[in-house]
Amino acid sequence: MKVVGLSGSKVGTKTRTALDYTIKSVTENYPATQTTLIDLADFDIQFSDGRNYLEYEGDTKYVLQSLMEADAIIMGTPIFQASIPATLKNIFDLLPENAFRDKVVSMLVTAGSPKHYLIVEQQLKPILGYMKAQIVQTYLFIEEKDFHRKEITNDDVLFRIDRLVEDTILLTETYKQIREAKEAEYDF
Amino acid sequence: MEKYRLDPSKGMEFGLYTLGDHLPDPGTAERISPQQRIRELIELAQHAEQAGIDFFSVGESHQEYFVTQAHSVVLSAIAQATEKIKISSSSTIISTSDPVRVYEDFATIDLISGGRAEIVAGRASRVGLYDLLGYDLRDYEELYEEKFDLLRKINEEEVVNWSGQFRPALNDAKVLPRPLNGSLPIWRAVGGTPASAIKAGYAGVPMYMAHLGGPVSVFKRTVDAYREAAQQSGFDPSELPVATAGFFYAAESSQQALREMYPHINEGMKRTNGQGFPKQNFAQGADPRSVMNIGSPQEIIEKILYQHEQFGHQRYIAQMDFGGMPFDKLMKNIELIGNEILPAIKKYTAK
Repeated sequence: MKVVGLSGSKVGTKTRTALDYTIKSVTENYPATQTTLIDLADFDIQFSDGRNYLEYEGDTKYVLQSLMEADAIIMGTPIFQASIPATLKNIFDLLPENAFRDKVVSMLVTAGSPKHYLIVEQQLKPILGYMKAQIVQTYLFIEEKDFHRKEITNDDVLFRIDRLVEDTILLTETYKQIREAKEAEYDF
Repeated sequence: MEKYRLDPSKGMEFGLYTLGDHLPDPGTAERISPQQRIRELIELAQHAEQAGIDFFSVGESHQEYFVTQAHSVVLSAIAQATEKIKISSSSTIISTSDPVRVYEDFATIDLISGGRAEIVAGRASRVGLYDLLGYDLRDYEELYEEKFDLLRKINEEEVVNWSGQFRPALNDAKVLPRPLNGSLPIWRAVGGTPASAIKAGYAGVPMYMAHLGGPVSVFKRTVDAYREAAQQSGFDPSELPVATAGFFYAAESSQQALREMYPHINEGMKRTNGQGFPKQNFAQGADPRSVMNIGSPQEIIEKILYQHEQFGHQRYIAQMDFGGMPFDKLMKNIELIGNEILPAIKKYTAK
């Protein structure tokens, strides 16, 4: 199983920190999984110009192909201006509309204010639904006060990270079994 | 319809189209050589002609896993190797080509073939050619509209005066040679969405509609939108032909047809498009209401007649060679078309 952690911003460190913990939890608890962490801050990504995703070059191509080859994506995003960052939206724009078909996507969010809790429901989930993701319904919402100097200091958050990972892997395995059983019925 | 060399009294035309893809056969993981693939395309056109198929067209694609970048050269060879089958592009990427050169090529093919050439002009679903030839993707829409208009003007006028944004002006220009009978049928390639079809309708040009899959009812809306737009623009829709093109595969039973074709479609789409064809969607292709003509010959006859009833189209064009389909399977399909499918379709659609 291929799991990609995607840190959706070029600004700040909290989302990346939370994703580091998350990917560590995946590799420790599910050593058979193949994990990749993509932090958009490390890449030079083009803006979408409408071409097929296979036709981009360089960093853009690498990031898109890694996402397309994943079985599960754990998407991390900060909330900026009561919204997902443009860097993450650009990734969605670069991908085909059915990009997440047969993939499980789970989310973790870092935000400066608890008032941003519903941004995921209002902005991220509709996009993921449109792009055909199997969404892990429960997402992880982490506030600024849970971090101290690039570490997570709230044990509750650490427990919830482990549970998000469990849910992601469980849903990916289950969905794969369901799909295989369904496809076997077709006899072609 | 005479302008487009179509005679409805002889029934709906049946054609084949190939994208000229050069993909491995998923059954063997082997890829034939580019030379063999091109030879087989020419041979396929010959066999299609012998089976009584009306039309054969070759696509232009400039990316890995394709072999007919110079599609007009391939069509020229087909023109020489055949005698009566109509030959066309499907499509020519007019956006990044010079309409003068395209017209020269196809008028020449028309002369070689004795008046059998047509052009289907599209705007490319891929951008490889934009990079290759130095065009700006931001001009995507305008490039197509301007060049398509110029192509039509060259077709209609022996002496052309024209100026535009993307090509030097033409002053009293004669584009030679002229086709055998003065002009060529020029179709606008439409991807199946009403927005694109409406543009073809406004321009009063024949529509070549390609579709991957889905219910006939959805594409009927596109055809209706096309005719309505044509009417609004002052054209008579009954004078404007419609062609539809999509996946085709005949075998003894629909189950066998699905089984034999699916790996080719799925693996081929993965390589060329980045995503496979979902089994769930493909399974629906066997349904009588689907636009995909996959099934037993009898089922296909019924599907094509149903589509004809819904679309009122003048030509159906089958794509069966995608994704490294072995040549013997293509031959078997041509046999089924010639012996069973074609006679029935002609019989029921001749007016």
